[in-house]
Amino acid sequence: MDRDAILRKYPPQSENLLALLHDLQDARELHYLTEEDLRAAADHFHLPLSFVHGVATFYTMYSLQPRGRHVIRFCQSPACHLMGGVSVGKTLQKLLGVDFGETTPDHEFTLEMSSCLGVCGVAPAMMVDDRVYGNLDEEKVASILESIRREK
Amino acid sequence: MKKRLDVLICGGGACLSSHSQDVKNKFIEVLKAKGLTDEINLVETGCMGPCEMGPVMVVYPDGSFYVQLTENDVEPIVEEHFLKGRPYQKKLWAAPEARKIVEEKRQVPFFEKQQKVVLALCGKIDPESVDEYIANRGYEALGKVVTEMTPEAVIEEMLKSGQRGRGGAGFPTGLKWKFGKASEGKQKYIVCNADEGDPGAFMDRAVLEGDPHSVIEGMAIAAYSIGADKGFVYCRAEYPLAIKRLEAALKQARAMGLLGKNIFESGFSFDIEVRMGAGAFVCGEETALMASIEGKRGQPRPKPPFPAQKGLWGHPTVINNVETLAAIRHIILNGADWYASIGTEKSKGTKVFALSGKVVNTGLVEVPMGITLRELLYDIGGGIPNGKKFKAVQTGGPSGGCIPAAHMDTPLDYESLTKLGAIMGSGGVIVLDEDTCMVNVAKFFLEFSVEESCGQCAPCRIGLKQMHDLLEKICEGKGKMEDLDLLESLAHTIKATSLCGLGQTAPNPVLSTMKYFRDEYEAHIKEQRCPAGVCKDLISYVVDESKCIGCTACARTCPVSAISGAPKQKHRIDPSICTRCGSCIVKCPVKAIYIGPGAVKREVESKKLHLEKTL
Repeated sequence: MDRDAILRKYPPQSENLLALLHDLQDARELHYLTEEDLRAAADHFHLPLSFVHGVATFYTMYSLQPRGRHVIRFCQSPACHLMGGVSVGKTLQKLLGVDFGETTPDHEFTLEMSSCLGVCGVAPAMMVDDRVYGNLDEEKVASILESIRREK
Repeated sequence: MKKRLDVLICGGGACLSSHSQDVKNKFIEVLKAKGLTDEINLVETGCMGPCEMGPVMVVYPDGSFYVQLTENDVEPIVEEHFLKGRPYQKKLWAAPEARKIVEEKRQVPFFEKQQKVVLALCGKIDPESVDEYIANRGYEALGKVVTEMTPEAVIEEMLKSGQRGRGGAGFPTGLKWKFGKASEGKQKYIVCNADEGDPGAFMDRAVLEGDPHSVIEGMAIAAYSIGADKGFVYCRAEYPLAIKRLEAALKQARAMGLLGKNIFESGFSFDIEVRMGAGAFVCGEETALMASIEGKRGQPRPKPPFPAQKGLWGHPTVINNVETLAAIRHIILNGADWYASIGTEKSKGTKVFALSGKVVNTGLVEVPMGITLRELLYDIGGGIPNGKKFKAVQTGGPSGGCIPAAHMDTPLDYESLTKLGAIMGSGGVIVLDEDTCMVNVAKFFLEFSVEESCGQCAPCRIGLKQMHDLLEKICEGKGKMEDLDLLESLAHTIKATSLCGLGQTAPNPVLSTMKYFRDEYEAHIKEQRCPAGVCKDLISYVVDESKCIGCTACARTCPVSAISGAPKQKHRIDPSICTRCGSCIVKCPVKAIYIGPGAVKREVESKKLHLEKTL
């Protein structure tokens, strides 16, 4: 969907800003917001651009940089930490060759942290796009990445 | 038409993560191939509780409880159980302590001590079917409230029930509603806080995914009581399934006239909108949450004015959490006296706890308030896995504190937990065993709070960082005894001066671990020793050469190639390369790798030796 069509979905009340930003971001294959997106949102709601920028940078789920086609949200909750999350996180970094907050050079994956995915019963866990994976260990993350790479 | 068997397969977040969807699809395929679709009713439900055992499934009428299913189990279950009537023993839940095959759900100890009220329908109904909810007395309470009761009478009933908010602070629900009702204003709002409390708690997700209508009904009753005609559910974006099921439920409720204008022809009108967050933990704080609903940065503001006086867009707003709202219909249907008869003197009703960490049965359990920690952990949770010793539980996540083994028989209610320096929070119970370093845990929680601080007020933004740095120093073996006093004084200052609940409670994990595990702090400082063998700078991994068989398993698994040694030769770990990830310990077939003292300690000792020699 192009930007104008997305904008038309939202009445001009500024309370819809978060939802609009989600939508604009999801419309891009690399899940990010461009300066034009922010300007368009500001115009649509009659808000200063600085306000929109402030919102877009406050929440961790918005990105102003191009990300990977798949966004990995690695859970950093205490339960995951305790169940071996640290070494699983390190394995992910090693397999992808990037740090948390970074994107692989081929723009396939972005590795991010999440405060809690709410599946503490199967810790450690991560979410790739909308799909949750639990009871992770070094081997499991490797095979998950492998199968996602094969899917495309 | 009633079918011969009801097969309920869990579609909760945890089971989905262990591929329950694939199992369900396989069942659809096999049932179709065998022409059984008319006889067998396959339903995807919300969370059933025992997440560690997922994917789980129950078959009624006999109640067989299947666990850890894979696609390969589908054929034999259909063949043996559905066709021949013999439950497929291999995947029935065996109680870990008894190793006895149990065939009925109620005989599984995990369920025996539970009393399900809020979670009663989670895992029993199809969350996407309003009919199934209505068949279980759904919307009966709302009907009763709007046609037979005055708002005052509803509030009176809520006050009598003694229900307290399940979000963390434990403020009486009835009182909150009373304030909301008393507030002047033409426009009022009811908000459901579905931003889930502390990490480690996941009951709100389970309720929204498993029984979304109960939350809608609770909100409508609250709205009627305070005089609101509009509601918002603020849900975190990490829960796409919860949002999807909630949206579906709202649509059904509107279609049936259970939301909208003139509900039950009573003149009462009410509708709900879902608002999605965007990844900010602080938005669980009610003033930050309201800012976020308004489309702003989710930053808290000082209270008072309280939301009940000045909330969304300056209008009176009552905010309740998911679990609180889901219980309301039961209070109306069964009466305040019934609810007040469950639990303790000051903490009424049931509470959902989320068990996670080092416990055999992780997952969601609902028990009467006042159950002891021992019952929760051992009778329901099945104890600590791998024969390890229990050390403590952490309740309330980064806002809470720990309860050590000495207080195992404390009843779990608001007052008792607060007295111990822990809090009820939203009911997350993270179990720690002997392998957990309490200093490291405290540091981890602070790291979390530092990361999630919105940065508005200095005590939280700067103070927590300072506390964190002190803890890091201690974990590296560079701490001093006076750092402990400094930590304590910083903690009290931050608690007293932070703007919102996040900062006011963030020092709690440090204070509570210092209270109960001061010896661990002192071991880190005085002896450069981490008693649990966790803090990387204070340990090293060493190969016991008398045990090593030279199988190379450790060298092959080491992610940083720190282990040297040819096949059949003794292996060695280079401590300067080793990252102390622990994978070699797990892989070693003869347990030849052990945790020895770290570099700091070795340095101190060698200096001491040198000193002794020169003297």
